[in-house]
Amino acid sequence: MRFDLSRRTALRGMINGAGVAVALPLLDVFLDGNGVAMAATGAPVPVRFGTWFWGLGVNPSRWFPTTAGPNYDLKPELAPIKPFQSKINVLGNFNVMLDGAPNLPHVSGGPAIRTGRALTADRGLPGESFDVTISDLIGKRTRFSSLEVSAIGDARNSLSGRGGGDLNSSETTPAGLYQRVFGTGFKDPNSASFTPDPQVMARRSVLSAVADQRQALNQAVGAADRQKLDQYYTSVRQLENQLDVELTKPQPLEACLVPRKVSADLPVNGEIETVMLNHQLMTDLLVMALACDQTRVFNMMFNNGASSLTRIGSTVTHHQLTHEEVLDNKLGYQPEATYFLTKIMEAWVYFVGALDKVKEGDRTLLDNTIAFAHSETEFAKFHTIDNIPMMTAGSGGGRIKTGIYVDGQGTPVSRVGLTLQQAMGVPVDRWGSKSMETNKRLGEILA
Amino acid sequence: MKSIRRLSSLALICASASLLAGTVASLTAPAGAQGTAVASASPIDAPQIVAMRRLTEAQYRNAIADIFGPDIKVAGRFEPVVRPVHELIASGSREAAISPLGLEQFDSMARNIAAQVFDEKHSGQFIPCHPQDNAKADDACATATLAPLGRYLFRRPLTTQELVLYVKMAGLAAGPTGSFNGGLELALSAMLVSPNFLYIVETAQPDPAHPGVLALDNYSRAARLSFTLWNSTPNAVLLDAAAAGRLTDPAQLAEIARGMVASPRFEQGVRAFFTDMLLFERFDNLSKDPVLFPYYNAQVGQAMPEQMLRTIVDELVTRGGDYRQLFTTNRTWMTRALGGLYQVPVHKSAGWEPYTFAPGDDRAGILGQAGFLAIYSQTGRSSPTLRGRAVRELLMCQPVPNPPGNVNFTAVQDTKNKAVPTARIRLSAHVTDDNCAGCHKLTDPVGLSLERFDGIGSWRTTENGAPIDPSGNLDKTVFSGAAGLGKVLAESPDTHQCAASRALEYARAMPSDDDGDLVEALDKQFAADGYSIKALFLRVATLPENYQVKIPALQTGATRVSMANQ
Repeated sequence: MRFDLSRRTALRGMINGAGVAVALPLLDVFLDGNGVAMAATGAPVPVRFGTWFWGLGVNPSRWFPTTAGPNYDLKPELAPIKPFQSKINVLGNFNVMLDGAPNLPHVSGGPAIRTGRALTADRGLPGESFDVTISDLIGKRTRFSSLEVSAIGDARNSLSGRGGGDLNSSETTPAGLYQRVFGTGFKDPNSASFTPDPQVMARRSVLSAVADQRQALNQAVGAADRQKLDQYYTSVRQLENQLDVELTKPQPLEACLVPRKVSADLPVNGEIETVMLNHQLMTDLLVMALACDQTRVFNMMFNNGASSLTRIGSTVTHHQLTHEEVLDNKLGYQPEATYFLTKIMEAWVYFVGALDKVKEGDRTLLDNTIAFAHSETEFAKFHTIDNIPMMTAGSGGGRIKTGIYVDGQGTPVSRVGLTLQQAMGVPVDRWGSKSMETNKRLGEILA
Repeated sequence: MKSIRRLSSLALICASASLLAGTVASLTAPAGAQGTAVASASPIDAPQIVAMRRLTEAQYRNAIADIFGPDIKVAGRFEPVVRPVHELIASGSREAAISPLGLEQFDSMARNIAAQVFDEKHSGQFIPCHPQDNAKADDACATATLAPLGRYLFRRPLTTQELVLYVKMAGLAAGPTGSFNGGLELALSAMLVSPNFLYIVETAQPDPAHPGVLALDNYSRAARLSFTLWNSTPNAVLLDAAAAGRLTDPAQLAEIARGMVASPRFEQGVRAFFTDMLLFERFDNLSKDPVLFPYYNAQVGQAMPEQMLRTIVDELVTRGGDYRQLFTTNRTWMTRALGGLYQVPVHKSAGWEPYTFAPGDDRAGILGQAGFLAIYSQTGRSSPTLRGRAVRELLMCQPVPNPPGNVNFTAVQDTKNKAVPTARIRLSAHVTDDNCAGCHKLTDPVGLSLERFDGIGSWRTTENGAPIDPSGNLDKTVFSGAAGLGKVLAESPDTHQCAASRALEYARAMPSDDDGDLVEALDKQFAADGYSIKALFLRVATLPENYQVKIPALQTGATRVSMANQ
C-alpha cells in the first residue's frame, strides 16, 4: 500500500464519526508514569520491571544463604552471582499455600508466585499475573506493553497473562524477537531524521474501525465472552498505542544502540548449549529493547517448569534427572541434574550483567530495573513448593534496597508479589487470595 | 491431502465467482439488506452470543485458502490456542483470548493477505465491477466487492452498519493511497483483524419448544457444520442454506450434513479431529537427541504425523472402515525418510507410497507407528509411562492422576546402572512403592508392551544388552506387544465410547463430561453404524443437542485483585 505523504492529512480524522484519530499524539509518550521527562533532558529515566524464570529449583542447602540481612553468605550454587551481589536480593523461606488444592507438580508453584492464588485446575493461570498489573501501569506508553520471551522455545511457555485462556505467549526465536522489536516499525531514537510512516497511519485507522464494532458485540455477549472481548480490545488498544508511538518522533536515548540483525537459521530445542546461546541473543535484544524504550516490562523464561533441557548424547532430560538420578552420597546432591542448575545460574548472571553494562546517566540500566527471578519448585526431586528460590536484581531507580537476603520465615509467597507491585507504584495494599492474601510487604527491602 | 484441498478450494472459488456475479446484479438493493435478519430482531427474542471460539491456525489457513484461493499465502506465526488438561484444543478455543502479541501477528497477516488479494494478479477475481476511476473511491464498486467477501469472512452477511463502515473506510483510504484497490485493501485488513473473523461467534435464540434452552441460529449452525466436518469456513452453499433458514429444519440440515461427510473435504475435517484428539501439537516441539537417534531428522519429524494421518484417513475415510481397525491394521504409508527408521524398502524417491507390514509384524495400528511412539517418549529414550498414559487418556478417555506433589523418586534407579538394564526393571520400583503404584499400575503395564520400539519408534529387541519382554496388561487382560495391545484396545468398549465422546466435544467445543447419557446413546449408534467415522460425525452433526445451548448461569468476571484495573 503506497501512501502519498503530502496528502496524509486526508487520513487525519478519517471516518470522523467513527472516532479515528490519526493525529500525532502528544509527546507525553516519552514521559514516565509520574510525568517526569526522560534522560535527554537530564531528568530520571523510566523504571522497568521484568521477570526471569527458571524451572526445577535448586539444591536448597547448596544455594540459600544461612543468615538473613545484608552481606549474605554465598553457597556454591549461588556463588556465580558474586560480581553483582550488592545489587541482588535473595528471597527464601516463603511458602505457597494451596488451601487444599492439589500440588500439580511443576505447575502449581509458578502461577502461585505470579498471581498470589492457588491453582485449582490445570487450565491457565488462576488470575492475573502481577507483571501484567505492573505493565498496565507503566507499559502503556511504549511500543510494547511487555515482551515475553522463551529461550527454550514453545510459545505456550509463559507465566504472564490475565488468567484462564488469556496467556501472553512467548517469542521463541532470537530472529522473531529482533523482527518484532527492531524490524519494521522501529524508529531509532537517535536518528536525526524522522518521517512518520503513512502505512502506520492507515493501520491505525484499521484498528479504529475494529474498535468501533465493540458496542455491537457487547450488546449481545455473555459474561465469559465479554471478558474475552475486553481482553481482545485491550490488545487492540495496545496495538493502537504501538502505532501512535511509531508516528511520534522519539526523544534521543544515549543508551540505545540498535542491535545487528540476528540469523533466522539458529536451531531452537532443549539442548542446553542451544538454549544458552538463544538466551544470550534474546537477552541482548531485550536489553536494547529496554534501553531504546520500546518496552518497560519483560518476561524471560529460560527453561520450562518440568524442564526439558537435555545434553547431547544423554538419554534423560533435566526433569527426569532430578527425579531419577541417585543422590551422590559423597557429594550430597545429584551431580548431573545440578549441572543444569550451574548453567541456569550462569545464564542469570549473564542476564544481570547485560542489564548492568548499559549506562543510563550515572546509573546503569540494571539500576533502573527490578528484575525478579524465580523458579517453580524448591527441590525438584520431591516437588516441594515451599521455599521456592527467588531473587531480585536492580533497585528500580532506588525503589528497593539491594544486597539483602530476606528470610520469609514461612509467610506467604504473595508478600513478594505485593512488595514488588508497590515498589513499581501499583496502588495495591492487599494482594493474593485465601491463605495467600496478605498486606504484609517486605519492609526489609522497600526503600 | 494437499491436492484434494486444492481441488475443493478451486471448486469453492468457482462457486464464489458465480456468487460475485450475483451480487453485481443485486447492487441496487440496499447495502447489507441480507443482514437485517440479525439487525432487526426484537429485544425479547434477540439473539445472544453464546460462544466465541478462536480460530485455530489450521482453521484460519483453511478459511483464507477457501475464500481467496490457495495461492494467497498466509505468512506468519499464530498464537497457539492452549489446551485445557484432558480436553480438546477445540474446548480451549472457547476460552482463548488474543494477547497483544497475538493481535500483532494477526494484524501483520491481515495486511499481508489484503495486499495479495487486491494486487494486480488477483484483484480481478474479487472485484466484480469497474471503478469509475482506478485512482479514486467508488462506493458502489467497493460495496459490490466487500459485501460478498465480508459474508464469507464473518460467516454471515455484514450488517448494514458494518458494510457502511468498511465501504466508507475503503473510500477514505482510496484518496491517500491514490488507488481504489488501496482503499479496498485497507478495508479488508480491518475485516481480517475483526473479532467477527478471528472468533467463530455463535448466536442463539430462545427455543419455544424447549424452555430454558437456546437454539443456535442458522448462520451459527452453518459454521458449526463447516468447522466440525471440514475444519474450514462455511461455503456459499452453506451460507445460502442458512439465509434460507434451512438449517433450523432437522430434515434439511441432515441432508446437507450427509452431503458434507460424503465430500472429499471431509478428509480435512477428520485430519483436524485426530490432530486435536491425539495431541499432535507435541510434534511442534519434538526434539530427539541426534547422537542417540541417528535415524531422526527434520524430514522424519515432519513425516511422522503425516504417516499417522494418512493411515487414519485411508482406513476410516477412503475405505470407510471400522474405527477399531485403527489399532489393528497392518496397512500404512511410507516415505524414503521413514524407510530408514522402519528398515523397510521404499521405492519412490519422493512422496508417499502405501505399505503393508507382514502378518505377525508387531507394527499393528497407529500405536505401532513412529509418530505415536516418538511423541510419547522422552528426548533420549522411550517412556512406557507416557505411552501408557496416552493410551488411557487419549484413546480410552480415562484420566490418569498426576504424580503426588510430595512423591519420593529415590525408588527409581539410575538408568546407567547395569543391574537394571530395561525399563521394566526400572519401573518395577514404582509399582512396589505404595505412593506410586496406584497410577503406575494403570500406565506402565500398557506402555511396557511397546518397549520393543525405542524413543523414535525404531524396532529393537534388547535394551542395554538385555532382552526386552513385551508383555503387558490392561486392567485384567494380558497380552504381548503392540499387536496385542491394539487388539485389546479394539475390543475395549471404552475405546469407541471415547471416540464418540471426543467427537461430541469437538463439535460443541466443550467437554462431554456432563452428558453421559448422550455419549452412551451416541456410542450405541456408533456401534450400530459399524463404528464408521463418517456415520459418527453425521450423527453428531445432526444431533439436536449439538445445536442447543443451556442458558448459562450468571457468571462473574475475573476477580481483579489489583486496584490498578478497577
